[in-house]
Amino acid sequence: MEHTINVNLKIWRQRGPKEPGSFQTYRVENVSTGSSFLEMLDMLNQQLIDRNEEPVVFDSDCREGICGMCSLYINGHPHGPVQGITTCQLHMRKFNNEDTITIEPWRSAAFPVVRDLMVNRNAFDQIQQAGGYVSFNCGGAPDANSLPISKEVADIAMDSATCIGCGACVAACKNGSAMLFVSAKVSQFALLPQGQVERARRARAMVSKMDELGFGNCTNTGACAAECPKNVPLSNIARLNREFIKAKCAD
Amino acid sequence: MADIKNLEGMIDSTPIMKDYADIESSALPEYQIDSKIPEGPLAQKWTNYKAHQKLVNPANKRNLDVIVVGTGLAGASAASTLGELGFNVLNFCIQDSPRRAHSIAAQGGINAAKDYQNDGDSIYRLFYDTIKGGDFRSREANVYRLAEVSNNIIDQCVAQGVPFAREYGGLLANRSFGGAQVSRTFYAKGQTGQQLLLGAYASLNRQIKKGTVKSFNRREMLDVVIIDGRARGIIVRNLVTGEIERYAAHAVVLATGGYGRAFFLSTNAMGCNGSAAVQAFKKGAYLANLAFTQIHPTCIPVHGEDQSKLTLMSESLRNDGRIWVPKKKEDAEAIRAGKKKPTDIPDEDRDFYLERRYPAFGNLCPRDIASRAAKERCDAGFGVGTGNAVYLDFKYAINRLGEDVVRDRYGNLFDMYQMISDDNPYETPMMIFPASHYTMGGIWVDYELQTSVKGLFAIGECNFSDHGANRLGASALMQGLADGYFVLPYTMQNYLSDQIKVPHFTTDAKEFDEAEKAVRARIDKLMAIKGTKSPDQIHKRLGHVMWDLVGMGRTLQSLVKALGEIEEVRKEFYSDLRIVGRADDLNTELEKALRLEDFLVIAKMMAIDALNRNESCGAHFREEYQLADGEAARNDKDYMYVSCWKYTGDNEKPVLLKEPLNYTEIKVQTRNYKS
Repeated sequence: MEHTINVNLKIWRQRGPKEPGSFQTYRVENVSTGSSFLEMLDMLNQQLIDRNEEPVVFDSDCREGICGMCSLYINGHPHGPVQGITTCQLHMRKFNNEDTITIEPWRSAAFPVVRDLMVNRNAFDQIQQAGGYVSFNCGGAPDANSLPISKEVADIAMDSATCIGCGACVAACKNGSAMLFVSAKVSQFALLPQGQVERARRARAMVSKMDELGFGNCTNTGACAAECPKNVPLSNIARLNREFIKAKCAD
Repeated sequence: MADIKNLEGMIDSTPIMKDYADIESSALPEYQIDSKIPEGPLAQKWTNYKAHQKLVNPANKRNLDVIVVGTGLAGASAASTLGELGFNVLNFCIQDSPRRAHSIAAQGGINAAKDYQNDGDSIYRLFYDTIKGGDFRSREANVYRLAEVSNNIIDQCVAQGVPFAREYGGLLANRSFGGAQVSRTFYAKGQTGQQLLLGAYASLNRQIKKGTVKSFNRREMLDVVIIDGRARGIIVRNLVTGEIERYAAHAVVLATGGYGRAFFLSTNAMGCNGSAAVQAFKKGAYLANLAFTQIHPTCIPVHGEDQSKLTLMSESLRNDGRIWVPKKKEDAEAIRAGKKKPTDIPDEDRDFYLERRYPAFGNLCPRDIASRAAKERCDAGFGVGTGNAVYLDFKYAINRLGEDVVRDRYGNLFDMYQMISDDNPYETPMMIFPASHYTMGGIWVDYELQTSVKGLFAIGECNFSDHGANRLGASALMQGLADGYFVLPYTMQNYLSDQIKVPHFTTDAKEFDEAEKAVRARIDKLMAIKGTKSPDQIHKRLGHVMWDLVGMGRTLQSLVKALGEIEEVRKEFYSDLRIVGRADDLNTELEKALRLEDFLVIAKMMAIDALNRNESCGAHFREEYQLADGEAARNDKDYMYVSCWKYTGDNEKPVLLKEPLNYTEIKVQTRNYKS
């Protein structure tokens, strides 16, 4: 049966990207263990509003683990202590009565804090704009079944395409590298026949945009894949390295 | 309709409707509906339209600006395709990236009439199934066109590199969905919406890089600007800075999704809202068929008042799960009190109410029937969990097939259920309950997807067009992409062809000044209330009213009561709302308050529309209008029309306009779930 617990929160509050931030402590009582972590934060915000204080700002939208909007660094882990889920899928039954929970935003030079726990992830969009597509205009596509693709290849491409673009990989990485994110998209198209024509150009363009935007280098610690809420495998990074070297050799 | 069960319940609501609708005036010429359906036989209409429509030449396209609000399947596909054609596109979303629009959460799949399975599918059959599934309340010509372009969508998505599921031979896999006798659903694991949206997002990114599309994130549209009777721009609030911004264009496209969060709790994302529809309504666009809201039967139940949203469990579970509640009220009470477990209830004390009431379809009866039946049992006191839940039991399937087979079919869903509920569905039955999921109603559009305001278009879930009174599974993705990739990019040119001499608009026009002033006044008014209740608290109250009185089963009495209670919530909103923080700053409470103000308008219109429709059809079930066996009593003689509502003022009666529905190539009949 579900019951209720009390929790103590240490939350990072910061007015804007250039302003100093600090931890503030809060207490939330009578939280149902059946509530999600974000519903617990909703309860905290209602308390703050009742006291005429500004609520803690955090991103969330679908609340079912697919949109990639939610973030939060909880007790030292992106998306909290449970593996393979997003913060919105984390439930309060994973915590004990009177626990102290530390909540921080993603911390990366490429993701400036907007307010409190909300960060700016536009850099991810810019990397995708650099080459994360097949150049194909709508209309005139050949019949979908005229291009057979083996089930094995399609399934691996699907595993790479599962990335939700949340940024946990960057937050988890001590170097702030976006290699897992970039490699997931490069892998999807490197595996599929539709991506072959622009294969080399894509790898070059996306890697160079990633470097330009201030993401760090990859030192293969594997923290990204360990913390990825969608379990995007580390082998994508190996594939990206190969794609990138091949493209450079061809230059 | 001789076998109507509840004759005394058949009160004519016309006298009450007089308070809300001036039906007489709809006979005036300015209130006539022109749906612009092309001439010719049904199968030739779209071809004829394209052959004879006006186009814009490439050099002129660069001189024309188009605003697209929204980046879901409809918005992203429209923005990218218009960009590919050479228009200047301004694309807006409320999230931090276009990739996060709520289309991303669609699970099951997308329909198309490819007939790859050689099982007798065709464009006509997809068209027929969609019209029939919608209970004969959708526009024939639009639905036929939808079925026609469905095949292009699959070709387009494969060319983009969308990793659809495949067979070992390398060709595309299909599965079957409700309401069809063929396998026509294409899918990518349980993440079809995600993969299709990322495909559209990729195309959009390519255009952003090329400079044909400018992307504006974390912006919320607060008004449409009308100049000389045409939509020429929008006013938005920058959600990061709180600044009010103006954008001008030759045409405006709304792709802003559904208003299912009028119920507060729904399967929709936290940010989903009906605000763009309400702003369009106030500027002259009609809202249509708002009574038609899909309540999905298999969602994880509400656990308490602090809940923020509901999670859908795939409909496919009903293939092997059996739905039941305890036969004895004392057992239900003991379970709710935690004194008994579901596994303590012997089979003879279980009420498999769907199998009992609908023996032919049993647990696989249609969504609307399954949802209403669950609510009926819970209202009668037989609910489990918090009282608003029923069991979906896999014990029988595990005994019949073995746990491994069940795990293979449903393992990922069972894991998701366990993560949320902390119960192991292999050992104890799942608990499920219906929830608001999709809105078939929305902004009225003609065949060109243009609203009743010139130059204002509406695509995807936010328009009313293709699903009638009930949407079939895997058809929402189809409609969003059909509108965005294959319909709007054509029809938009027909509108813009005589606009090529109109220079780029600036935002200095007095109409922009006035619209911005009105938006600022609206925000100031809400900020000045300084009451005690947060937007969420008031929204929850509205949600309860809507769920209890305008939900799965409505009556004349419940709807009249709802209108009174919505008015009470509205009074509380305008007298006791509290928005902390400032308006000229990032302020999530102000965002919620503005959306809630619009939900109050939508909620009232939903109740009015339901009150007007004295029949039961599809998802709209008026309890007075049912046949002796509990089936919906549709009234084609009086209600075979689209109900379009025209705004006449905040405190004035909306006017009802009727678009008659004519079926020329399909025989109108009663939906049959029995044989």
